[in-house]
Amino acid sequence: MPEPLPLPAPAAPPRAAESRPQPKHLTDLFWSFTLLALQGFGGVLAVVQRELVERKGWLTNEEFLEDWAVAQILPGPNVVNLAVVIGDRYFGLRGALVALAGMLLFPLLLVLALAVVYARFAEHAAVGGALRGMGAVAAGLVAGVALRMAGALRTHPLGPWVGAALVAATFGTMALLRWPLAWVLPLVGGAACALTWRKLAP
Amino acid sequence: MTPAATIVMQPLDWLNLFLYYLSISLLAVGGAIAAAPDMHRFLVERQGWITDLQFNASVAIAQAAPGPNVLFVGLLGWNVGLNAGGPGAAGWAAATLGMVLCLVGIMLPSTVLTWLATRWGHRNKHRRSVRAFKQGMAPVVIGLLLATAWLLGSAHHGAGTDPRLWLLSGACALVVWRTRLHLLWLLGAGALLGALGVV
Repeated sequence: MPEPLPLPAPAAPPRAAESRPQPKHLTDLFWSFTLLALQGFGGVLAVVQRELVERKGWLTNEEFLEDWAVAQILPGPNVVNLAVVIGDRYFGLRGALVALAGMLLFPLLLVLALAVVYARFAEHAAVGGALRGMGAVAAGLVAGVALRMAGALRTHPLGPWVGAALVAATFGTMALLRWPLAWVLPLVGGAACALTWRKLAP
Repeated sequence: MTPAATIVMQPLDWLNLFLYYLSISLLAVGGAIAAAPDMHRFLVERQGWITDLQFNASVAIAQAAPGPNVLFVGLLGWNVGLNAGGPGAAGWAAATLGMVLCLVGIMLPSTVLTWLATRWGHRNKHRRSVRAFKQGMAPVVIGLLLATAWLLGSAHHGAGTDPRLWLLSGACALVVWRTRLHLLWLLGAGALLGALGVV
Protein backbone atom coordinates (compact mmCIF):
# COMPACT_ATOMS: atom_id res chain seq x y z
CA MET A 1 0.00 0.00 0.00
CA PRO A 2 1.47 3.41 -0.96
CA GLU A 3 2.19 5.72 1.95
CA PRO A 4 0.30 9.04 1.86
CA LEU A 5 2.94 11.61 0.95
CA PRO A 6 1.70 14.97 2.29
CA LEU A 7 1.61 13.79 5.91
CA PRO A 8 4.37 14.80 8.29
CA ALA A 9 6.78 11.91 8.67
CA PRO A 10 5.67 9.46 11.34
CA ALA A 11 8.01 9.55 14.30
CA ALA A 12 9.11 5.92 14.07
CA PRO A 13 9.21 4.25 10.67
CA PRO A 14 9.20 0.47 11.07
CA ARG A 15 12.66 0.19 9.56
CA ALA A 16 14.19 1.87 12.58
CA ALA A 17 13.13 -1.05 14.71
CA GLU A 18 16.37 -3.04 14.41
CA SER A 19 18.57 -0.21 15.57
CA ARG A 20 16.46 0.54 18.63
CA PRO A 21 17.09 -0.86 22.10
CA GLN A 22 15.17 -4.05 22.79
CA PRO A 23 14.88 -6.55 25.61
CA LYS A 24 17.90 -8.81 25.24
CA HIS A 25 16.29 -12.07 26.30
CA LEU A 26 13.29 -13.43 28.18
CA THR A 27 14.96 -12.99 31.56
CA ASP A 28 15.53 -9.32 30.80
CA LEU A 29 11.85 -8.99 29.85
CA PHE A 30 10.71 -10.76 33.04
CA TRP A 31 12.74 -8.62 35.41
CA SER A 32 11.93 -5.42 33.56
CA PHE A 33 8.23 -6.05 34.04
CA THR A 34 8.74 -7.14 37.64
CA LEU A 35 10.54 -3.88 38.39
CA LEU A 36 7.85 -1.90 36.58
CA ALA A 37 5.10 -3.55 38.55
CA LEU A 38 6.81 -3.09 41.89
CA GLN A 39 7.20 0.65 41.24
CA GLY A 40 3.61 1.10 40.20
CA PHE A 41 1.71 2.49 43.16
CA GLY A 42 -1.85 3.36 42.24
CA GLY A 43 -1.51 1.70 38.84
CA VAL A 44 1.40 0.65 36.70
CA LEU A 45 0.68 2.69 33.61
CA ALA A 46 2.67 5.80 34.53
CA VAL A 47 5.72 3.68 35.27
CA VAL A 48 5.42 1.71 32.04
CA GLN A 49 5.61 4.88 29.97
CA ARG A 50 8.50 6.27 32.01
CA GLU A 51 10.58 3.08 32.00
CA LEU A 52 9.90 1.52 28.60
CA VAL A 53 9.60 4.70 26.54
CA GLU A 54 11.82 7.25 28.23
CA ARG A 55 14.50 5.19 29.96
CA LYS A 56 14.88 1.96 28.02
CA GLY A 57 13.65 3.30 24.67
CA TRP A 58 12.00 0.01 23.71
CA LEU A 59 8.99 1.91 22.38
CA THR A 60 8.34 5.38 21.02
CA ASN A 61 5.58 7.52 22.50
CA GLU A 62 3.50 6.84 19.39
CA GLU A 63 3.95 3.08 19.63
CA PHE A 64 3.14 3.17 23.30
CA LEU A 65 -0.07 5.08 22.61
CA GLU A 66 -1.04 2.57 19.93
CA ASP A 67 -0.34 -0.44 22.13
CA TRP A 68 -2.17 1.15 24.97
CA ALA A 69 -5.19 1.90 22.80
CA VAL A 70 -5.38 -1.80 22.01
CA ALA A 71 -4.88 -2.79 25.66
CA GLN A 72 -7.51 -0.30 26.77
CA ILE A 73 -10.24 -1.08 24.31
CA LEU A 74 -10.10 -4.83 24.82
CA PRO A 75 -11.66 -6.29 27.96
CA GLY A 76 -9.46 -7.20 30.88
CA PRO A 77 -6.99 -5.39 33.12
CA ASN A 78 -5.26 -2.77 30.96
CA VAL A 79 -1.70 -3.17 32.17
CA VAL A 80 -2.01 -6.95 31.97
CA ASN A 81 -3.14 -6.59 28.37
CA LEU A 82 -0.29 -4.16 27.77
CA ALA A 83 2.23 -6.70 29.09
CA VAL A 84 0.82 -9.26 26.63
CA VAL A 85 1.00 -6.80 23.71
CA ILE A 86 4.56 -5.67 24.46
CA GLY A 87 5.87 -9.13 25.33
CA ASP A 88 4.42 -10.54 22.12
CA ARG A 89 6.03 -7.75 20.10
CA TYR A 90 9.52 -9.04 20.94
CA PHE A 91 9.29 -12.77 21.66
CA GLY A 92 5.86 -13.92 20.49
CA LEU A 93 3.75 -16.08 22.77
CA ARG A 94 6.66 -16.83 25.10
CA GLY A 95 7.30 -13.13 25.51
CA ALA A 96 3.64 -12.47 26.25
CA LEU A 97 3.61 -15.14 28.96
CA VAL A 98 6.91 -14.04 30.46
CA ALA A 99 5.91 -10.37 30.57
CA LEU A 100 2.62 -11.38 32.18
CA ALA A 101 4.40 -13.49 34.80
CA GLY A 102 6.80 -10.65 35.54
CA MET A 103 3.93 -8.22 35.95
CA LEU A 104 2.07 -10.49 38.39
CA LEU A 105 4.32 -12.85 40.34
CA PHE A 106 6.17 -10.66 42.82
CA PRO A 107 3.42 -8.04 43.22
CA LEU A 108 1.04 -10.87 44.07
CA LEU A 109 3.34 -12.19 46.79
CA LEU A 110 3.73 -8.67 48.13
CA VAL A 111 -0.01 -8.05 48.20
CA LEU A 112 -0.54 -11.31 50.05
CA ALA A 113 2.08 -10.39 52.61
CA LEU A 114 0.40 -7.02 53.08
CA ALA A 115 -2.99 -8.66 53.48
CA VAL A 116 -1.64 -10.94 56.19
CA VAL A 117 -0.27 -8.08 58.29
CA TYR A 118 -2.98 -5.60 57.29
CA ALA A 119 -4.72 -5.50 60.65
CA ARG A 120 -1.60 -4.19 62.35
CA PHE A 121 -0.90 -1.63 59.60
CA ALA A 122 -4.33 -0.07 59.48
CA GLU A 123 -4.39 1.19 63.05
CA HIS A 124 -1.53 3.69 62.79
CA ALA A 125 -2.60 7.19 61.79
CA ALA A 126 0.77 7.80 60.13
CA VAL A 127 0.28 4.82 57.82
CA GLY A 128 -3.13 6.09 56.80
CA GLY A 129 -1.61 9.52 56.13
CA ALA A 130 1.20 8.04 54.08
CA LEU A 131 -1.30 6.14 51.96
CA ARG A 132 -3.30 9.33 51.43
CA GLY A 133 -0.18 11.23 50.38
CA MET A 134 0.85 8.49 47.98
CA GLY A 135 -2.65 8.45 46.53
CA ALA A 136 -2.45 12.14 45.72
CA VAL A 137 0.99 11.63 44.15
CA ALA A 138 -0.32 8.71 42.08
CA ALA A 139 -3.04 10.93 40.63
CA GLY A 140 -0.38 13.50 39.70
CA LEU A 141 1.84 10.87 38.08
CA VAL A 142 -0.90 9.74 35.75
CA ALA A 143 -1.74 13.32 34.78
CA GLY A 144 1.94 14.11 34.18
CA VAL A 145 2.37 11.09 31.92
CA ALA A 146 -0.74 12.14 29.98
CA LEU A 147 0.78 15.60 29.44
CA ARG A 148 4.06 14.09 28.24
CA MET A 149 2.29 11.84 25.78
CA ALA A 150 0.20 14.74 24.50
CA GLY A 151 3.36 15.84 22.70
CA ALA A 152 2.71 13.01 20.25
CA LEU A 153 -0.43 14.83 19.07
CA ARG A 154 1.69 17.45 17.27
CA THR A 155 2.43 14.95 14.50
CA HIS A 156 -1.06 13.43 14.54
CA PRO A 157 -2.85 13.16 11.16
CA LEU A 158 -5.76 15.21 12.51
CA GLY A 159 -3.52 18.02 13.69
CA PRO A 160 -3.05 19.25 17.25
CA TRP A 161 -6.30 21.19 17.58
CA VAL A 162 -8.69 18.43 16.60
CA GLY A 163 -6.59 16.14 18.76
CA ALA A 164 -6.93 18.46 21.75
CA ALA A 165 -10.69 18.68 21.21
CA LEU A 166 -10.92 14.88 21.25
CA VAL A 167 -8.85 14.75 24.44
CA ALA A 168 -11.23 17.26 26.03
CA ALA A 169 -14.31 15.36 24.84
CA THR A 170 -13.00 12.12 26.30
CA PHE A 171 -12.06 13.74 29.59
CA GLY A 172 -15.35 15.60 29.88
CA THR A 173 -17.58 12.62 29.17
CA MET A 174 -15.60 10.24 31.41
CA ALA A 175 -14.55 12.38 34.37
CA LEU A 176 -17.21 15.09 34.54
CA LEU A 177 -20.35 13.49 33.06
CA ARG A 178 -19.32 10.05 34.38
CA TRP A 179 -20.43 8.21 31.28
CA PRO A 180 -19.53 4.52 31.24
CA LEU A 181 -16.56 3.57 29.11
CA ALA A 182 -18.91 1.45 27.00
CA TRP A 183 -20.45 4.72 25.70
CA VAL A 184 -17.33 6.85 25.47
CA LEU A 185 -15.28 4.41 23.41
CA PRO A 186 -17.83 3.87 20.62
CA LEU A 187 -18.88 7.55 20.47
CA VAL A 188 -15.70 9.57 20.96
CA GLY A 189 -13.33 6.78 19.94
CA GLY A 190 -15.47 5.93 16.93
CA ALA A 191 -15.55 9.56 15.80
CA ALA A 192 -11.78 9.88 16.27
CA CYS A 193 -11.09 6.73 14.24
CA ALA A 194 -13.52 7.76 11.48
CA LEU A 195 -11.94 11.21 11.17
CA THR A 196 -8.45 9.70 11.08
CA TRP A 197 -9.57 7.16 8.51
CA ARG A 198 -10.65 9.96 6.18
CA LYS A 199 -7.34 11.77 6.65
CA LEU A 200 -5.39 8.63 5.82
CA ALA A 201 -7.23 8.25 2.50
CA PRO A 202 -4.80 6.97 -0.11
CA MET B 1 -7.15 -9.95 57.52
CA THR B 2 -10.49 -9.87 59.28
CA PRO B 3 -11.33 -13.44 60.20
CA ALA B 4 -15.04 -13.46 59.76
CA ALA B 5 -17.03 -16.18 58.17
CA THR B 6 -16.75 -19.93 58.17
CA ILE B 7 -18.18 -21.42 55.04
CA VAL B 8 -18.24 -24.77 53.32
CA MET B 9 -17.06 -24.93 49.72
CA GLN B 10 -18.00 -28.03 47.72
CA PRO B 11 -16.13 -28.83 44.49
CA LEU B 12 -19.12 -27.44 42.61
CA ASP B 13 -18.80 -24.17 44.52
CA TRP B 14 -15.15 -23.83 43.48
CA LEU B 15 -16.21 -24.51 39.91
CA ASN B 16 -18.93 -21.90 40.27
CA LEU B 17 -16.37 -19.35 41.51
CA PHE B 18 -14.09 -20.08 38.55
CA LEU B 19 -16.93 -19.92 36.04
CA TYR B 20 -18.14 -16.63 37.51
CA TYR B 21 -14.76 -15.02 36.92
CA LEU B 22 -14.48 -16.52 33.45
CA SER B 23 -17.87 -15.03 32.65
CA ILE B 24 -17.11 -11.49 33.77
CA SER B 25 -13.63 -11.40 32.23
CA LEU B 26 -14.84 -10.26 28.83
CA LEU B 27 -17.17 -7.70 30.40
CA ALA B 28 -14.38 -5.95 32.29
CA VAL B 29 -13.72 -3.23 29.74
CA GLY B 30 -11.81 -0.47 31.49
CA GLY B 31 -10.09 -2.77 33.94
CA ALA B 32 -11.07 -5.21 36.63
CA ILE B 33 -11.91 -2.45 39.09
CA ALA B 34 -14.78 -1.42 36.83
CA ALA B 35 -16.36 -4.81 37.52
CA ALA B 36 -15.89 -4.58 41.30
CA PRO B 37 -19.56 -3.72 42.01
CA ASP B 38 -20.65 -6.90 40.27
CA MET B 39 -18.12 -8.97 42.23
CA HIS B 40 -19.53 -7.52 45.44
CA ARG B 41 -23.01 -8.52 44.37
CA PHE B 42 -21.91 -12.08 43.64
CA LEU B 43 -19.40 -12.87 46.42
CA VAL B 44 -20.89 -10.94 49.33
CA GLU B 45 -24.59 -10.55 48.68
CA ARG B 46 -25.55 -13.63 46.72
CA GLN B 47 -23.14 -16.36 47.85
CA GLY B 48 -22.09 -14.97 51.23
CA TRP B 49 -18.58 -16.36 50.70
CA ILE B 50 -16.80 -13.30 52.12
CA THR B 51 -17.85 -10.41 54.33
CA ASP B 52 -18.26 -6.78 53.41
CA LEU B 53 -15.17 -5.93 55.47
CA GLN B 54 -13.06 -8.51 53.69
CA PHE B 55 -14.23 -7.18 50.35
CA ASN B 56 -13.37 -3.56 51.12
CA ALA B 57 -10.01 -4.43 52.69
CA SER B 58 -9.05 -6.48 49.64
CA VAL B 59 -9.72 -3.56 47.31
CA ALA B 60 -7.94 -1.06 49.57
CA ILE B 61 -4.82 -3.20 50.02
CA ALA B 62 -4.47 -3.91 46.32
CA GLN B 63 -4.88 -0.19 45.52
CA ALA B 64 -2.26 0.84 48.07
CA ALA B 65 0.28 -1.82 47.11
CA PRO B 66 2.37 -1.57 43.97
CA GLY B 67 1.41 -3.67 41.00
CA PRO B 68 -1.63 -4.07 38.80
CA ASN B 69 -4.90 -3.32 40.54
CA VAL B 70 -6.36 -6.60 39.27
CA LEU B 71 -4.57 -8.31 42.15
CA PHE B 72 -7.52 -7.45 44.38
CA VAL B 73 -9.36 -10.24 42.58
CA GLY B 74 -6.70 -12.64 43.85
CA LEU B 75 -7.19 -11.33 47.38
CA LEU B 76 -10.93 -11.88 47.13
CA GLY B 77 -10.31 -15.51 46.18
CA TRP B 78 -7.73 -15.80 48.95
CA ASN B 79 -10.35 -14.73 51.47
CA VAL B 80 -12.95 -17.16 50.12
CA GLY B 81 -10.39 -19.92 50.64
CA LEU B 82 -9.48 -18.76 54.14
CA ASN B 83 -13.13 -18.72 55.13
CA ALA B 84 -13.61 -22.21 53.71
CA GLY B 85 -10.41 -23.84 54.92
CA GLY B 86 -10.25 -22.58 58.48
CA PRO B 87 -6.96 -22.06 60.34
CA GLY B 88 -3.71 -23.83 59.61
CA ALA B 89 -2.33 -25.48 56.51
CA ALA B 90 -5.74 -26.42 55.12
CA GLY B 91 -6.74 -22.78 55.17
CA TRP B 92 -3.61 -21.70 53.33
CA ALA B 93 -4.09 -24.41 50.74
CA ALA B 94 -7.72 -23.45 50.18
CA ALA B 95 -6.76 -19.77 50.08
CA THR B 96 -4.16 -20.45 47.41
CA LEU B 97 -6.68 -22.45 45.41
CA GLY B 98 -9.21 -19.63 45.62
CA MET B 99 -6.64 -17.04 44.59
CA VAL B 100 -5.48 -19.02 41.57
CA LEU B 101 -9.02 -19.80 40.41
CA CYS B 102 -10.10 -16.17 40.60
CA LEU B 103 -7.01 -14.71 38.92
CA VAL B 104 -6.86 -17.29 36.14
CA GLY B 105 -10.60 -16.96 35.65
CA ILE B 106 -10.62 -13.20 35.25
CA MET B 107 -7.52 -13.04 33.07
CA LEU B 108 -7.67 -16.10 30.83
CA PRO B 109 -10.40 -15.06 28.35
CA SER B 110 -9.37 -11.41 28.13
CA THR B 111 -5.67 -12.21 27.77
CA VAL B 112 -6.25 -14.77 25.03
CA LEU B 113 -8.46 -12.29 23.20
CA THR B 114 -5.85 -9.55 23.54
CA TRP B 115 -3.12 -11.82 22.26
CA LEU B 116 -5.14 -12.90 19.22
CA ALA B 117 -6.18 -9.32 18.46
CA THR B 118 -2.57 -8.13 18.76
CA ARG B 119 -1.41 -10.81 16.37
CA TRP B 120 -4.08 -9.86 13.87
CA GLY B 121 -3.26 -6.18 14.23
CA HIS B 122 0.46 -6.71 13.65
CA ARG B 123 -0.16 -8.80 10.54
CA ASN B 124 -2.50 -6.15 9.16
CA LYS B 125 -0.76 -3.05 10.44
CA HIS B 126 -0.53 -1.41 7.02
CA ARG B 127 -4.25 -1.61 6.42
CA ARG B 128 -5.89 1.77 6.41
CA SER B 129 -8.48 0.69 8.96
CA VAL B 130 -5.90 -0.61 11.43
CA ARG B 131 -3.79 2.54 11.14
CA ALA B 132 -6.89 4.70 11.50
CA PHE B 133 -7.87 2.83 14.66
CA LYS B 134 -4.45 3.00 16.28
CA GLN B 135 -3.73 6.63 15.42
CA GLY B 136 -7.30 7.78 15.91
CA MET B 137 -7.39 6.37 19.42
CA ALA B 138 -4.31 8.33 20.54
CA PRO B 139 -6.16 11.48 21.70
CA VAL B 140 -8.88 9.34 23.30
CA VAL B 141 -6.25 7.43 25.25
CA ILE B 142 -4.72 10.68 26.51
CA GLY B 143 -8.17 11.89 27.55
CA LEU B 144 -8.82 8.63 29.40
CA LEU B 145 -5.54 9.01 31.25
CA LEU B 146 -6.49 12.50 32.37
CA ALA B 147 -9.89 11.19 33.47
CA THR B 148 -8.20 8.41 35.46
CA ALA B 149 -5.98 10.97 37.16
CA TRP B 150 -9.04 13.07 37.96
CA LEU B 151 -10.93 10.11 39.44
CA LEU B 152 -7.91 8.93 41.44
CA GLY B 153 -7.53 12.42 42.84
CA SER B 154 -11.20 12.81 43.73
CA ALA B 155 -11.37 9.36 45.34
CA HIS B 156 -8.55 10.08 47.71
CA HIS B 157 -9.69 13.55 48.54
CA GLY B 158 -13.13 12.39 49.54
CA ALA B 159 -15.99 14.70 50.32
CA GLY B 160 -14.02 17.33 52.22
CA THR B 161 -11.91 18.45 49.28
CA ASP B 162 -8.52 19.27 50.70
CA PRO B 163 -6.72 21.86 48.55
CA ARG B 164 -3.34 20.71 49.84
CA LEU B 165 -3.86 17.24 48.33
CA TRP B 166 -4.86 18.76 44.99
CA LEU B 167 -1.79 20.99 45.19
CA LEU B 168 0.40 17.95 45.78
CA SER B 169 -1.20 16.13 42.81
CA GLY B 170 -0.74 19.20 40.59
CA ALA B 171 2.88 19.65 41.60
CA CYS B 172 3.60 15.99 40.85
CA ALA B 173 1.95 16.27 37.45
CA LEU B 174 4.18 19.26 36.64
CA VAL B 175 7.34 17.48 37.79
CA VAL B 176 6.55 14.38 35.73
CA TRP B 177 5.66 16.48 32.69
CA ARG B 178 8.72 18.70 32.79
CA THR B 179 11.51 16.63 34.39
CA ARG B 180 12.88 13.11 34.38
CA LEU B 181 12.96 12.71 38.14
CA HIS B 182 12.48 9.09 39.20
CA LEU B 183 8.86 8.43 40.14
CA LEU B 184 9.81 6.69 43.39
CA TRP B 185 11.16 9.98 44.78
CA LEU B 186 7.75 11.55 44.28
CA LEU B 187 5.93 8.63 45.89
CA GLY B 188 8.36 8.69 48.80
CA ALA B 189 7.82 12.41 49.25
CA GLY B 190 4.06 11.92 49.16
CA ALA B 191 4.26 9.15 51.76
CA LEU B 192 6.47 11.28 54.00
CA LEU B 193 4.24 14.37 53.74
CA GLY B 194 1.21 12.23 54.49
CA ALA B 195 2.79 10.41 57.42
CA LEU B 196 3.87 13.71 58.98
CA GLY B 197 0.36 15.06 58.59
CA VAL B 198 1.37 17.87 56.23
CA VAL B 199 -1.21 16.88 53.64
